[in-house]
Amino acid sequence: MVADTDSITLGGVSEGDELPVLSYDVSATTIVLGALASRDWRPMHHDYDFAVNRNGIRDIFMNTPNQAAWFERYVTDWTGPKGRLGRMTFRMKGSVFPKDTMTISGRVSGTEIDDTGCGWADLDIELSVDGDTKTSCQARVAVPTSSDDNPWTRRGDHWQP
Amino acid sequence: MSDLPPDVEAKIGVIQHEEEGGFPVERGYIWTSCASVENGNPLFWDEAVASEVTGGPIAPPTMLSVWFRPHHWSPDRTEPALPLQVHFDLKERFELPEAVMTDNTIVFHEPVRPGDRIRSRQVLRSVSEPKTTKLGTGRFWVIDVEYLNQHDELVGVESYTGFGYRRGSDGG
Repeated sequence: MVADTDSITLGGVSEGDELPVLSYDVSATTIVLGALASRDWRPMHHDYDFAVNRNGIRDIFMNTPNQAAWFERYVTDWTGPKGRLGRMTFRMKGSVFPKDTMTISGRVSGTEIDDTGCGWADLDIELSVDGDTKTSCQARVAVPTSSDDNPWTRRGDHWQP
Repeated sequence: MSDLPPDVEAKIGVIQHEEEGGFPVERGYIWTSCASVENGNPLFWDEAVASEVTGGPIAPPTMLSVWFRPHHWSPDRTEPALPLQVHFDLKERFELPEAVMTDNTIVFHEPVRPGDRIRSRQVLRSVSEPKTTKLGTGRFWVIDVEYLNQHDELVGVESYTGFGYRRGSDGG
């Protein structure tokens, strides 16, 4: 059996390209599952009474490691399995609560081939609810430069994220 | 000239709180994490793809910090353990009861694989002079958490910018 490793290549990526939008209806289960999957036991991510009466916010809210997992999924849905994350930077501006519909959108801010021959796409990504940005993320992801290239084979000095 | 207390200044750039994760990297958590965000990347679900692309199964790179979050309870501990201890050390040192994380950068190096024993170490990079924001008065600090595998290979670095503060009064 041949493995399905379909992935984009750098030649098919240009600055200004828009990534497909991901829209997701967030429930309390989304928040709690994400917190526990990331081993984050803090009560504001699962205990409504604590969130509202101790923290003074409207509900439990999505934790940062789970947002990172959402961003990773969003990026690799676009690249395919050969896409290899190099770095991500987040800036939190607001919270994501149950009953929100979160929208993740992204745009290619640049591409390059570095000194080691590794192809990179830089992405500006936003997680928003009702048009308000809740978290912004800059991601740098290595993508194959040709159909027989695979960024995951890079090690040591040949991987400069 | 820095206004930092000498004991804080002395910790900048110094490795602190080196520790090993409480358990080896395991696939159950990998699948639970993927399920939580409906991540169908075949790298994590299809043995043939993992074998061809990454030479075998790996963990999603963004799970880096997951392997270090302490159990909520363990038999040899009476108080809940705190991840990112340097952050809490600084809150206590400057007597700042509130804190938020404002920025978080993760740089990914060698892939993390099931069975790996990952260890982490924390390095305080900087502490600001007192600042006042809409939240209150306090200080910003930058903490790096470096993660290494059992072969001493760097698997990632997380940099956190925190703001410890006191609502509407002096920030220490």
